[in-house]
Amino acid sequence: MSDLINIPDGLVSKTDVFRGEVTLNVTRENVIALLTHLRDEQKFDMLTDETCVDYHPREPRFGILYQLYSVSRNTRVRVKMMLSEHDAVAPSATGLWKNANWMEREVYDLFGIHYEGHPDMRRILLPNDYVGHPLRKEIPVAVEENQFSFNRERVDAGKIYVTE
Amino acid sequence: MQPEPALIIEESPNNLVTAKDAQLDITLDQLKKLVSPRALTGENMLLNMGPQHPSTHGVLRLLLELDGETVINCIPDIGFLHTGIEKTLESKTYTQGIPLLDRTDYLAPLINNLAFCGAIEKLMEVEVPIRAQYIRVILAELTRMNSHLVWLATHALDIGAMSMFLYCMREREMLLDVFECVSGARMMSSYFRPGGLWRDVPSTFEPLVRKVLEVFPGRIAEYEKLLKENPLWKERTVGIGVISAADAINYGMTGPCLRGSGVNYDVRKAMPYSSYDHFEFDVPLGTNGDVYDRYRCRVEEFNQSLRIIKQALDKLPAGPFVTDDRKVAPPPKHEIGYSMESLIHHFKLWTEGFRAPEGEVYFAVESGKGEYGILLSSDGSSRPRRVHIRSASFSSLQTLPQLSKGCLIADIVAVAGSIDIVLGEVDR
Amino acid sequence: MGVEQKLGDMGVVTTTLEKAVGWARSNAVWPLLFGLACCAIEMMSTEAPRYDMSRFGMELMRASPRQSDLMIVAGRVSRKMAPVLRNLYDQMPEPKWVIAMGDCASCGGVFNNYAIVQGVDEIVPVDVYIAGCPPRPETLIDGIIKLHEKIKAEPLSKWQ
Repeated sequence: MSDLINIPDGLVSKTDVFRGEVTLNVTRENVIALLTHLRDEQKFDMLTDETCVDYHPREPRFGILYQLYSVSRNTRVRVKMMLSEHDAVAPSATGLWKNANWMEREVYDLFGIHYEGHPDMRRILLPNDYVGHPLRKEIPVAVEENQFSFNRERVDAGKIYVTE
Repeated sequence: MQPEPALIIEESPNNLVTAKDAQLDITLDQLKKLVSPRALTGENMLLNMGPQHPSTHGVLRLLLELDGETVINCIPDIGFLHTGIEKTLESKTYTQGIPLLDRTDYLAPLINNLAFCGAIEKLMEVEVPIRAQYIRVILAELTRMNSHLVWLATHALDIGAMSMFLYCMREREMLLDVFECVSGARMMSSYFRPGGLWRDVPSTFEPLVRKVLEVFPGRIAEYEKLLKENPLWKERTVGIGVISAADAINYGMTGPCLRGSGVNYDVRKAMPYSSYDHFEFDVPLGTNGDVYDRYRCRVEEFNQSLRIIKQALDKLPAGPFVTDDRKVAPPPKHEIGYSMESLIHHFKLWTEGFRAPEGEVYFAVESGKGEYGILLSSDGSSRPRRVHIRSASFSSLQTLPQLSKGCLIADIVAVAGSIDIVLGEVDR
Repeated sequence: MGVEQKLGDMGVVTTTLEKAVGWARSNAVWPLLFGLACCAIEMMSTEAPRYDMSRFGMELMRASPRQSDLMIVAGRVSRKMAPVLRNLYDQMPEPKWVIAMGDCASCGGVFNNYAIVQGVDEIVPVDVYIAGCPPRPETLIDGIIKLHEKIKAEPLSKWQ
């Protein structure tokens, strides 16, 4: 499967194959060049998915994953770019695929990764005045404390919020 | 008398634009980038549609810029049903996560389960018994019909064919009876498990599915009689909301929306999962990519689903319904009585869950709305590091500004209905 | 057969105004056409032929809050939706009632996280809570009958 994807030298730093899925690891400088190459030369014309994975506590911490699909070749490929927490800025792929627009807004909203060159960088799922980026690992999942026998009185006295 | 503008643009202290008493979730600078200058001077009307609107299929807000009745700009605002499902999944074991997936695309819960279980099985390299695969196919196709029925009911209701709603919801109850018989729940069945099914199907399953196969063709013919050549219906749908094949691909549209534009991409055919390659079926295609073609594709899919169900039911093999890999699936109840090992497996599975190897997999299925994919990232523990749900509606909804540009305000309803969005899946 | 035989020779029935008003109110509740999530689909099923909510005088769902007097909160309420929901409630004319349909609307359900309001009773007063995820149409109908009983028993002074 990986031999179907011929990439010019130097664009991809490492190619992983896991469970039959090809992942091309790429640096931030090369990502747009690689995506353009894949779209125009290799016919990966559909951006199925673009999202972020928080690899906390590993550093660099954020992995931006692009899931591409080629309708004519019926193949998938994944492009992975790592970003560090202190420099969480990524180039925008909105010039290549139109649906990258909302996907990048979602990543910005939930992970706080800023996209350069995005036409409309604002929150999409959460209210505009929300503070923080909830899908980062340091944000706890639960907001309300569950009631058990040991904390019955405390919870009865009022709803306890974990984050607020 | 000077008419009062529908939207008064003024900035509130936190920089958000207010419209009369309601606050739009957008600042003036952001608004300026999205609408034409005429809207800011009041020459074009800015109209807020939703989130509580009968025709937005849930809680979708559209900010419309209108010149008379013509739509100049349409700005969707989503997130009113954002549930944090992806975050919650990170705190659940893999098995515990299945019921949450039901609540993303709540019109096709079993297909969501299939995607999630498929992703786990791919990650764990678990083989699903052939009987379980066939039952999954039958139920997934019934779910697709369920999804299309609700779509047809609400879409027709929006356009003005009220009776379709009553007919479709009547037929839907038959499908819900099947889900209820296998799992006990009407809608949120959570019937699939990693490695197979929760239990084998009861004896009432086959008669109920046979009844569906018997009754549905006549009912679908009835719908066709009502709508297919109906001049009012065609007037509202033909030539409205046209999208070309190239644009649809670039927007990442999938499912009947993409096939309405003539692109032959169906995950069931392209990358068969759960033994879909054992069955014969066609992929209906449109040509014009308008509302009518998308409607045609979906209605044709009813017949194809019935074809698949019939084949799967006729060929349904006997055998186990869940894998015998004890690391993933629990041992049968009777074994726990005498086998210490089984007891340990059972205990470990229900307390800690199983550990998945570290890595990332993407598994996609064809849902009623298009490609429904699960990106599963595992850190080697019994809980996923990250689950991302790639939903078809999320990509399809992005085309709405382009589809509705230049059409009349009444057509917004037809266009939004035709791309078949479920806000639970868009917002997750 | 009819009410005449039951009444016998009685020509006049006396009751309190409160009871008459409560009876009238309870039999013509107009719900707001307002669906949020999964429960809304079950609400649609309740409207549909098999369960047929019009048996309880409730088939007329109004899309405008100004014309309705029952809000069925059908589904999970996100923090982004909460101000909208309160706005809709404020726009409804009195007397008005609220049903929290399903676990998410009642208490947040399984979604104990940053996005979901942990029970719609944090925003609006709730009259009837219906358990289930989603509740079956029978359960919703049961909740509605409970609400009817509640409306019948309400004193007139409550909505002054």
